[in-house]
Amino acid sequence: MMNDTAIREHLARYRAGIAGAGGLGSNCAMALARSGVGTLLISDFDLVELSNLNRQYYFMNQVGMLKVSALKENIALVSDKIKVIAHPIRLDRNNIPEIFAGCDVIVEALDSDEMKQMLIETVQTCLPGIPVVVGSGLSGWGKSNEIRYRKVDDTLYVCGDEYSTPGEDMSPMAPRVLMVAGMQANTVIDILMNKP
Amino acid sequence: MKIMLNNREEEFDADTLSVREMLNLKKYSFRLRVIKINGELIPSGQYDTTFINDGDEVLMIYLMSGG
Repeated sequence: MMNDTAIREHLARYRAGIAGAGGLGSNCAMALARSGVGTLLISDFDLVELSNLNRQYYFMNQVGMLKVSALKENIALVSDKIKVIAHPIRLDRNNIPEIFAGCDVIVEALDSDEMKQMLIETVQTCLPGIPVVVGSGLSGWGKSNEIRYRKVDDTLYVCGDEYSTPGEDMSPMAPRVLMVAGMQANTVIDILMNKP
Repeated sequence: MKIMLNNREEEFDADTLSVREMLNLKKYSFRLRVIKINGELIPSGQYDTTFINDGDEVLMIYLMSGG
């Protein structure tokens, strides 16, 4: 068994990419920072809005800030040992390989199904070998046991129920979003702890 | 033909199917997915030109909006 210090020393060597800093990305990033993952590379072009605060790791006084800047601030409040690389940019097929090259694992934490598909396909095609941890299906409430983790192969993992979608006038809610974000962070830790 | 779809055996009344044809036969309700055939990712732009054959292993992630 490893102790806390040995685990933190191990995790400090790695870089996790986080695509999207909304409900999944912000909460997943905080869990990875608290766990001691050395470098977090976070991309999101959006600003914090009041309506995000029902599920995203931001605060009232951060409304209007770039999400990546607000998240960097919040990570610094829990640890001064985590390096945060912020990319306030809209991801596309051309910039993804450049931005995420060098990551040991990538968390897919984007909002729309189109963006999720684009990111996963681009990473699997252009950055082969880097595992992607996908979040899919986190809307509504209850049904805790329908949220699960699934390993597709050594480079592809999914967390979520894989069926629920946000309603027209209803955004996802914190409890199920945090469950999936926590599961994604847990999968990242597992992948990194299994590296030599 | 028989294929393995997400580790379950599925039988189709055809010798070969394009990825698009297979998706239409399965009548999935969700819009988007990620597909791998025998370990190789099939980009969504190639669903009409990529074919699934007997014995193939197909893995699929169902993509739901929300993040």
